[in-house]
Amino acid sequence: MKFRVERDALADAVAWTAKSLPSRPSVPVLAGVLMRVENGTLQVSGFDYEVSSQVTVDVHADADGAALVSGRLLAEITKALPSKPVEVAAVGSHVEITCGSARFTLPTMPVEDYPSLPQMPETAGTVDAKIFAEAVSQVAIAAGRDDTLPILTGVRLEIEGNSIALLATDRYRLAVREIEWTADESEMSAATLVPAKTLHDTAKTLGPLGGQVTIALARGSVGEGMIGFAGGARRTTSRLLDGDFPKVRSLRPDTHSAQARVAVSALTEVVKRVSLVAERATPVRLRFSEDGLVVEAGGTEDARASEALDCTFTGDPLTIAFNHQYLLDGLNALDGPFAVFSFTDPKKPAIIEPAGEDGEISSGYWYLIMPVRIGG
Amino acid sequence: MGRSQALPRDGGAGEFGPDADDTGCPILHVDMDAFFASVEVRRRPELRGKPVIVGGAGPRGVVSSASYEAREYGVRSAMPGARAKRLCPHAVFLPVDGPAIAAASRAVMAIFRDVTPLVEPLSVDEAFLDVAGAARLLGRPAAIAATIRRRVLAEQGLTCSVGVASTKFVAKLASTTAKPDGLAVVPADRVLDFLHPLPVEALWGVGERSAEVLRRLGLVRVGDLARAPVGMLRSALGEAAAHHLHELSWGRDPRSVVPERAEKSIGAETTFDVDVVDPGEIRRSLLALSGKTAGRLRRAGQTGRTVAIKVRLADFRTLSRSRTLPTATDVTREIFETAWGLFTALSPGEAIRLVGVRVEGLAAGAGAPRQLALGERDSGWREAERAADAAAARFGHGAVRPASLLRAPDPPPAGGRPSPG
Repeated sequence: MKFRVERDALADAVAWTAKSLPSRPSVPVLAGVLMRVENGTLQVSGFDYEVSSQVTVDVHADADGAALVSGRLLAEITKALPSKPVEVAAVGSHVEITCGSARFTLPTMPVEDYPSLPQMPETAGTVDAKIFAEAVSQVAIAAGRDDTLPILTGVRLEIEGNSIALLATDRYRLAVREIEWTADESEMSAATLVPAKTLHDTAKTLGPLGGQVTIALARGSVGEGMIGFAGGARRTTSRLLDGDFPKVRSLRPDTHSAQARVAVSALTEVVKRVSLVAERATPVRLRFSEDGLVVEAGGTEDARASEALDCTFTGDPLTIAFNHQYLLDGLNALDGPFAVFSFTDPKKPAIIEPAGEDGEISSGYWYLIMPVRIGG
Repeated sequence: MGRSQALPRDGGAGEFGPDADDTGCPILHVDMDAFFASVEVRRRPELRGKPVIVGGAGPRGVVSSASYEAREYGVRSAMPGARAKRLCPHAVFLPVDGPAIAAASRAVMAIFRDVTPLVEPLSVDEAFLDVAGAARLLGRPAAIAATIRRRVLAEQGLTCSVGVASTKFVAKLASTTAKPDGLAVVPADRVLDFLHPLPVEALWGVGERSAEVLRRLGLVRVGDLARAPVGMLRSALGEAAAHHLHELSWGRDPRSVVPERAEKSIGAETTFDVDVVDPGEIRRSLLALSGKTAGRLRRAGQTGRTVAIKVRLADFRTLSRSRTLPTATDVTREIFETAWGLFTALSPGEAIRLVGVRVEGLAAGAGAPRQLALGERDSGWREAERAADAAAARFGHGAVRPASLLRAPDPPPAGGRPSPG
């Protein structure tokens, strides 16, 4: 194997595949990235039996072949190389990397011990990369991080014809986003549960590339229990999570008794400031009335803070308390200048939705947040 | 308890008897004599003078307490019941009566608190008292100690032994030398005369292993330890232990009497009569233990964020796992689900001897903010469990319990001795 390539193209490719490598691999070869040159292109691959990632790079190929080297080391080296053409060559049991006056020799691992990457499942449809990345980031924040409840560490994708709904919850909040996509079969109806971390990393990488993301879903035997995403020269596969996602959509209250509209950036600043005195387990309190909104935190004997801000409010005055991080996560996920809160009761879920300058709720995203009960 | 066996006893009559000089000796250590056994004998006078052994009846039981008559046969606390039975086959074996012990403990602690507010209970049957401030009203420390012994006998029909000294650890050693039913005073200027002839095991912090290490260095008595170069101790025992033992061997113990230590965790555990493999049975045990733990939390007005489990395998290897919840809890259901999740993740797949559930990171429960969860009902498990508490208060322990525990007997009286908080 021998090829020449631009430093940036190689560094990007290696960085992306190396990111999904396990930090403590079950077998040593899984700590490696595989470089394979064939027909004038280089394929860089990483795999940990859960997630595989592969990227194709155009190179000037001198000799076909493959080499397996430590992914972390290769990523660090390529990142540090000067901005010049890089030459990579397999020499015996080593790989030599030359760039400008820098020269590295890395040991290789046996290519034949490396597992073959899972096949991409059958293509199900395509979605705009930027919209997909935004939707995933809005929803993945609400996914659980607790491995003892594995179902809640996933994002559920519900596909109905040309629409996809993304849902995630950790029992304390729930985020839902619906987006349009182009399904290969307009009658398609499917639901899967993708590990939130993998989905988030993938969407974050594919979004800035623009264009379309192809989503591949197992139908029948090929790629059973797998989902695949491809965009540009990159593709990734991930194992799906097993289990029944709880029926969460019905938890959204049908009606509301009070509604408030607040500027997202102003409220975010206020909550960040006031919550400086709130310890992890203590909430921030939001007092809504026709006079506006007061945000407060802290107790009678501890440090206290309060701040008032403008707010349009309809309904009976209401005081409700939230975990400040959950509230900030929700505000941060909104894609409009205003947040519209809908309430029924200080002990019932509140809904936060984005609204435009005109105050109209822009449909497509909602964030449900469970309050903190104060005083018994 | 092993320590007490290492000490000479002079029944309080020797040179450190009740009449020794108690100047500068404000610390009392009061230790009930064979407490669990004495509580039983008090209730059933026909047992007086007979060997009585409490705990240790089941195949896995451990002796909680033995009357002095039983001790003459070599029976000791913490000894396997089977061994106690071999040593003293004609002894009367009784189960631990938790409520009776707790009531007797409260009664004697109340007597201590009449004397001074500075009472630091070490367990149900012993406490440190600082009586420095009581001198004007109640007299000298030795006189106060005598009063306490008289009152405990008159009001509770129980005997206790008291050590009077200038420091906590010397007072504790003194009460042991006075046992049973005695009073020992170690004058402040004679601490070293008292300490130095004692075997090194007498010191707090020296177990079998350290004693073996010290013996190999030729250090058998506390006096040997005191005169040993600190450098030598350090290389044998490590920095902290060397410093600690050196200080103690010169009678220096800076700890003061701290009333009512705040509890750091609340929990319960159970040892099975026969090692258990069936996950169903472990599940029921964890449920029962979670219920017990949650009940104690609610009674103490506490909630905790970290749930921990302890699993001891048949070969005595002990595994612990814990998980911190997003919000503090005192609800059986939440504690159990977390404990069961931890257990299934651990899936030891081997025979299990003991399981325990514990809640840590305690904070005041009443009025504390509580993060609500999706789909949680207004009156959920928490309210249901409070209603069950109220029913139990009226109709007795176990009046309301989870259906899966209906057929299970109460925690086996022989094996499971609930650990104190």
